[in-house]
Amino acid sequence: MNLFEYQGKKLYKQYDIPTPTSIFIRSQSELANQESLLFPVVVKAQVQVGGRGKAGGIKLVSSHDELKTAVNEILGMDIKGHRVESLLIEEASTIIKEYYISFTLDRSVKKYLMLLSAKGGMDIEEVAEKNPEDLIKIYISPSEGLTEETIINAIKDANLDPEFTNEIKNIILKLYNLFVAGDCDLVEVNPLAITNNGVLALDSKITLDMNAEYRHEEFNEFEADIPIPDSEAFAKSKGLNFIKLDGSVGIIGNGAGLVMSTLDVVSEHGGKAANFLDIGGGAKAETVTAALEVLESDSNVKSVLINIFGGITRCDLVAEGIVEATKGKFLKWPIIVRLDGTNSKEGLKILSQFKNEKIIISESMDEAAKLAVKESQ
Amino acid sequence: MSIFIDKNTKVVVQGLTGREGQFHALRNRDYGTQVVAGTRPGKGGEEIQGIPIFNTVEEAINATGANTAMTFVPPAFAKDAVLEAAIAGCNLIVCITEGIPAKDEAEMYDILKNTTNAMLLGPNCPGLISPGKSNVGIMPHEITKEGNVGVVSRSGTLTYQAVHELTKLNIGQSTCIGIGGDPVPGMSFIDVLDAFEKDEQTNAIVMIGEIGGSAEEEAAEFIKNNISKPVISYIAGVTAPPGKKMGHAGAIVSGNKGTAKAKIEALTEAGVKVVKNPTQIGKAIEDVI
Repeated sequence: MNLFEYQGKKLYKQYDIPTPTSIFIRSQSELANQESLLFPVVVKAQVQVGGRGKAGGIKLVSSHDELKTAVNEILGMDIKGHRVESLLIEEASTIIKEYYISFTLDRSVKKYLMLLSAKGGMDIEEVAEKNPEDLIKIYISPSEGLTEETIINAIKDANLDPEFTNEIKNIILKLYNLFVAGDCDLVEVNPLAITNNGVLALDSKITLDMNAEYRHEEFNEFEADIPIPDSEAFAKSKGLNFIKLDGSVGIIGNGAGLVMSTLDVVSEHGGKAANFLDIGGGAKAETVTAALEVLESDSNVKSVLINIFGGITRCDLVAEGIVEATKGKFLKWPIIVRLDGTNSKEGLKILSQFKNEKIIISESMDEAAKLAVKESQ
Repeated sequence: MSIFIDKNTKVVVQGLTGREGQFHALRNRDYGTQVVAGTRPGKGGEEIQGIPIFNTVEEAINATGANTAMTFVPPAFAKDAVLEAAIAGCNLIVCITEGIPAKDEAEMYDILKNTTNAMLLGPNCPGLISPGKSNVGIMPHEITKEGNVGVVSRSGTLTYQAVHELTKLNIGQSTCIGIGGDPVPGMSFIDVLDAFEKDEQTNAIVMIGEIGGSAEEEAAEFIKNNISKPVISYIAGVTAPPGKKMGHAGAIVSGNKGTAKAKIEALTEAGVKVVKNPTQIGKAIEDVI
């Protein structure tokens, strides 16, 4: 899950990483609480999209009146399709130097990767491409961790200002701690700046590993503040992995790979998927019932394709879920069902005994997709 | 021959007392797999349908000679369970558990690699089956058939789909392996491809990939230099919108890296025939054997 800048900075404070003094507001009226801020301040639109500065979503102001005007302008602004719902207002600093630092997992090496560069404040991918020698890469063994010595050497190799080595080293240790103990998939600071107020993390890009949600209460809070479509929120509350797309064939399947593949096959037959919906492994009957409920709320759906290959998921339970969800109800669209694998015979028997003419059993994935596309047109 | 498991594989199930653990362990046993023990701290001395339960993997190994662990324990305890099995001496650990934090996976992999000789399959994988010999995991054995095609996949259910397409055409499999779609899988495509190349029973390979990460690109490079047997591949996610995370932690598209297009190009360039639809896998294999 990608965090907004203000959420990332909450984590910075929690992990003692220096960042400008700020307030966070969702409306003009909350401005009354900002008496304590020292001007000049920077007003920053909270949107999860790059290029907000160029789009007018960041403004430097030096008085209350200017602040009010800027807040008025930026709140509600549309930045590349993202509506600005909230603002972070930070005390401005004079920037002397801008650096780049990030922590991620390098999947191919199976180690953590720290990237450090003296060329912060700009597009780091461009630096990596044009001046790769300016980007220091440090691989970190997950079981051994990051030592002070490694950091000091990296700071030297990246040609950061030696006067600030100790201060930056301490910040890097804290960022690493946030990355590991905070279960982040990504911690990126661009820029980490030397300012007249010391070294500060001026921006924040953090992605959380939601598999670690069970050991972080704060993940729930952050999640509650990130807007997602109602249908996705409902699906999530039912333990379903759902993403809305813009076609007319509703898709339900088990396993991300099979569902993605179902999208591909529907597309190959000239149709367009209305969604991605993975009921996951070991789904019970009520999971399937909830999945059909999610699709009912999408008026674009014209046909539904249920593609199940049972492994840990049992086809009989899927069939029971279909029966449960459709029993005694008028079905808006035909449901094409393909069941294979664990307990598929039992599942198909349940469906054929149920005898609902809108539920069509198909023998193969390809046939099922073809049929679902035809019914959607 | 098959790879990694055979008739002599003796399995200890971590989490045998849970719903899924029990269901699949008993299915594995019915298939003919030697499921010799289960573990559950505090439940040592009990048994489940004739399978003795031990408090620790070490006790289970001492009493039964188990050499392979199959792990169903919940995400919060999975890292410790896998490490326990490795330290106790299991040479193969099949971790079915889904939803383990990436940090736990990375640490677990690092410790296994640095301090033990154990091979880890998964986490978040369906396990592996050598048809006619042994099934360790959650794959539906009904769709398999003993034969000469090796199947390796990052996705569980797509593995079944591929196997099903082969069996429908009466083409059997030597071993079918799901390596899992998580950020830090134990065995990689390369480990499995290498084993298939050396396996006498295997004479062709099916490799199923998906968007995200660079495992398929690395596999393509390995195939070009090291694999002489024909390889058929399918990559899921051609139509997935970029930037959307579709389920698997592994299936994330960012920028140009990890797209289906980049993977298909790399594999094609390595001499692999890439089919557009998983239902074409059977026919494509028929053409090369």
